[in-house]
Amino acid sequence: MEKDIKDKKELKVAALRNGTVIDHIPSDKLFKVISILKLSNCKCQMTFGFNLESHKLGKKGIIKVADKFLKQDEVNKVAVLAPNAKINIIKDYEVAEKKTLELPDEINGSIKCINPKCITNNEPMQSKFVTIDKEKGLFKCYYCERVVKSEDLIIE
Amino acid sequence: MSVKSLVSISDYSKEKILQILEKASAFEKNPNQKILDGKVVATLFFEPSTRTRLSFETAVNRLGGRVIGFADASTTSGTKGETLKDTIKMVSNYVDLIVMRNPIEGAARYASEVASVPVVNAGDGANQHPTQTMLDLYSIQKTQGKLDNLKICMVGDLKYGRTVHSLLMAMSHFNPTFSFIAPDELKMPDEYKMFCKKNGIRYEEHSELSENNIADADILYMTRVQKERFTDLFEYEKVKNIYILKNSLLEHTKANMKILHPLPRVNEIEQEVDENEKAYYFEQARNGVFARQAVICDLLGL
Ligand SMILES: [Zn+2]
Repeated sequence: MEKDIKDKKELKVAALRNGTVIDHIPSDKLFKVISILKLSNCKCQMTFGFNLESHKLGKKGIIKVADKFLKQDEVNKVAVLAPNAKINIIKDYEVAEKKTLELPDEINGSIKCINPKCITNNEPMQSKFVTIDKEKGLFKCYYCERVVKSEDLIIE
Repeated sequence: MSVKSLVSISDYSKEKILQILEKASAFEKNPNQKILDGKVVATLFFEPSTRTRLSFETAVNRLGGRVIGFADASTTSGTKGETLKDTIKMVSNYVDLIVMRNPIEGAARYASEVASVPVVNAGDGANQHPTQTMLDLYSIQKTQGKLDNLKICMVGDLKYGRTVHSLLMAMSHFNPTFSFIAPDELKMPDEYKMFCKKNGIRYEEHSELSENNIADADILYMTRVQKERFTDLFEYEKVKNIYILKNSLLEHTKANMKILHPLPRVNEIEQEVDENEKAYYFEQARNGVFARQAVICDLLGL
């Protein structure tokens, strides 16, 4: 009886035949992950789960993208926002590959420098961040050299 | 871009720093040479800085080079509304090297990417001003006979002062001991203290400019405490007079000790100190010409 109630509380997200599942995203990071992966420009079918129950995170987000297989540099972008997310590549309903998340050495574009006096906010150009401390999640703007913590990054 | 530029002091290795200082010393002995004969250097000053511009232009002129450029972008219609990229691309066609000052941070790094000639950063906002650091190092070496194992006291605005941050990074190659003397609101930022810890560099912190706190200094590096930096003006009123250097504070300092200041000063060093043999800030500014001659010739492979 108790088990039934618990099952009903879990919102079912449609199963995926081929594609990528990004699970265990903290809810407040879901839309940023969508943005950093530029998923709004993608023609693929997608399902987003938001504020789902999670024992670990309280509220979690999940993204399922059909027929898109995240490459390592895209996986690394997710690591910037949600280092504990789980990324699985699905082929024919089965987990074909579990991706390991690692912060990228460099992030080109996608992140806006927090410094309004930075050249990247004053010229039509791409931003560039260099990861200076993978453990602490510290990034440095390649241009103005301002150091930013991962939680303070502004995702475009 | 494969062209070499000088944007940040961290672009230079320890070996490179020593090599440039040696070159600067050769230029001091013989500042008038014709080695830039036939070369044209642009000085692009998107914000005015007469002191820095004159120093660069003197450096080039004494080596027989010619200078084109502007002293203040607001009076230069040619650059209005144009992107920095376009200005740099255009000027690259005309000259052998670009010296640029720009209030926008990171402008020099970007310019070095789009330019087809070397770029020297003459200050990009609060970010970097590497030739200032080179002339500071040159002044330290010249007055102390060495760079290794010195005690450097930094005084004043250690939070926003880019010159002290760059000097700290550059001196880290030479086993220094630092003393940071600043009011609480303007203390040395944590990232630089962490850098010291990581690299085994000793430092102490004080909040008062007193005889005791500077007694064992080899270099006293003064900076200006600006009223605008304070969120709490009461705090400013409390500290503004403690950070003024007077002769009476210098009586028991070491005989070899020299006072440096990036200039311009306002009131943080009393006029009476100018006559003190430990005052070095005017000679320090003169050293800037030689340091800049060395940097320019190095970038041009001369
Ligand atoms: Zn920046």
